Amino acid sequence: MTQLFHSVLLIEEKCRGCTRCIRNCPTEAIRVRGGKARINVERCIDCGECIRTCDNHAKTAVTDPLSKLEEFDYTIALPAPSLYAQFGKETDRRKILASLIDMGFNDVFEVAYGADIATFLTLEYLKNPNCKFPAISAACPAVVRLIQVRFPSLIDHLIPVESPMACAGKLAKEKTSERLGIPEDKIGTFFITPCPAKVTWVREANSRGTFFVDGAISMFDAYGEIMKRLLTIPPPYPQLKASPDGVGWGRTGGERIASKIKNSLVVDGIHNVINVLEEVEMGRLDDVEFLEAQACVGGCIGGALTVLNPFIGKMNLESVVDKSKDRSEPPEDFVKEFRLKERLDEFIMKLDIMAVPAFRLDQDVSRAIIKAEMIEKVVNELPGLDCGSCGSPHCRALAEDIVQGLAVDTDCILKLREEIEILAEQLLEMAKKSPSALKRDDNSGESGE
Amino acid sequence: MYLEYRVDGGDFQASGQAAAGIKRTLRQIGIDAEVARRAAIVTYEAEMNIAIHAYLGTISIEILPERIIIQADDEGPGIADIPAAMQVGYSTATEDIREMGFGAGLGLPNMRRYSDEFEIESQVGVGTSVRAVIILPAKEGN
Ligand SMILES: Nc1ncnc2c1ncn2[C@@H]1O[C@H](COP(=O)(O)OP(=O)(O)O)[C@@H](O)[C@H]1O
Ligand code: SF4
Ligand SMILES: [Mg+2]
Repeated sequence: MTQLFHSVLLIEEKCRGCTRCIRNCPTEAIRVRGGKARINVERCIDCGECIRTCDNHAKTAVTDPLSKLEEFDYTIALPAPSLYAQFGKETDRRKILASLIDMGFNDVFEVAYGADIATFLTLEYLKNPNCKFPAISAACPAVVRLIQVRFPSLIDHLIPVESPMACAGKLAKEKTSERLGIPEDKIGTFFITPCPAKVTWVREANSRGTFFVDGAISMFDAYGEIMKRLLTIPPPYPQLKASPDGVGWGRTGGERIASKIKNSLVVDGIHNVINVLEEVEMGRLDDVEFLEAQACVGGCIGGALTVLNPFIGKMNLESVVDKSKDRSEPPEDFVKEFRLKERLDEFIMKLDIMAVPAFRLDQDVSRAIIKAEMIEKVVNELPGLDCGSCGSPHCRALAEDIVQGLAVDTDCILKLREEIEILAEQLLEMAKKSPSALKRDDNSGESGE
Repeated sequence: MYLEYRVDGGDFQASGQAAAGIKRTLRQIGIDAEVARRAAIVTYEAEMNIAIHAYLGTISIEILPERIIIQADDEGPGIADIPAAMQVGYSTATEDIREMGFGAGLGLPNMRRYSDEFEIESQVGVGTSVRAVIILPAKEGN
């Protein structure tokens, strides 16, 4: 059950052991030990928060190189809606798509179009009278993973439909295979990703035999290639299919706008998401129908692999959305085109979402209780400053690490100082006691007579 | 194991601490997520009731391999009509408290609903004690 692959990685040489990242990690997955940060693979949710906080750029996201395109006979780029936000307000979306083709893809399929489909699937799912409120969007994989790790009781609130990315990949392969007679496994679909969480999601799906998406190219990498071409790329331009609402999924609130579910709550930024999920867990939001939660501030336009500041990105994306509203061609009836109604179950998420007990102290409950008790004792002996200098995010986390044998109490600098003080006092005491052979009797000269 | 939290009447900033603490501990112990959620809700409602309605109190939680016992004792006005207080929607919370999103009259009913054993005792002018027990599902062998 332990997830082996993570997109988020530490570059050892660059890490200076500064402990900045550990306090901001939403799942307390990072420790600094021996002067280097270490990421706990069970707890990491690939949200990219540490990539954003590290001033030394010691955290990175593993993505696929463009050379991976060579492994396939035919390749299709799946640009995330957030890609459209990276090039200024006046950008013509078609030119971005044409640039993707020019840089080596055979075709493009907009993930924004996949988002139109995901909106439809979400609304179909919500017709189910048994779904638990609030139903939580599963489009952001960092949020899904957060729920697995920290809020397992909310797993059955997740809407188990495939993400826009997966819908786009699946349909792009189907259509292309039909049209050109190429077997689906010779067609490579590549998500242009704003975040590491999606990279992990793709690898995880692949490792379980689902290949709707074959790879993930960093938006950073694609950005440079597109920039080179954007101004000069000649027609013909690919036809646009995605609706303005589909494009709008790239920013926070996009899902709410697209689904038109009035009774919904929208939250972005992983720490805000945690606060809202706490409320959901306490049953205080049971009357809300739909929860759109995104790990990044601003939504995917704030992803760790995007180029622009999310607020500027938002301005750009709004303009792309507006421009696509006055499009001449009528929107395509994708429900009919892809026969979605007849095959809804094909779009139920293929990944089994299970609880990840990344915080469990012991397999055995009785032993875990004893350890939890020891933690309370150790916590009480720590200074409670939560300064993080020990390499654990706060005092309680250090206590947990001590009980688990992963740290010692003198990792706490105040504890260490205390012990040194005691030691110093003992030394002083000892220094005063000269060995008896050298002892001079102070009174020897005077007393006696 | 035993956990204890002090709750001050009117202190809405600190209230929620006991619930957060028990959540963290139960997650570490590896208690079934749904059971842990119930325990956290009971704890949360108990500490909110002290914060909203009483002057000072303690929440003590005992965690055993087969059950969780949540005990809330306070010094406060007490409850004159317990059967009425147990009704869904019954609340004496003031307008200000309702504006803060509390006082829906669901606390006590939910505490009873989410626990396997539930007792409440109160003396007007002295205080209130609530005891809730949550039975842990027998673990399939590890
Ligand atoms: N610890 C307490 N001390 C005094 N009165 C209480 C206490 N707990 C509950 N009550 C009374 O019982 C009523 C119902 O409690 P509860 O169901 O939790 O609803 P709420 O707290 O939303 O008012 C309260 O409005 C209050 O009058
Ligand atoms: S909000 Fe979007 S960019 Fe950020 S982690 Fe989630 S899916 Fe990735
Ligand atoms: Mg109450």
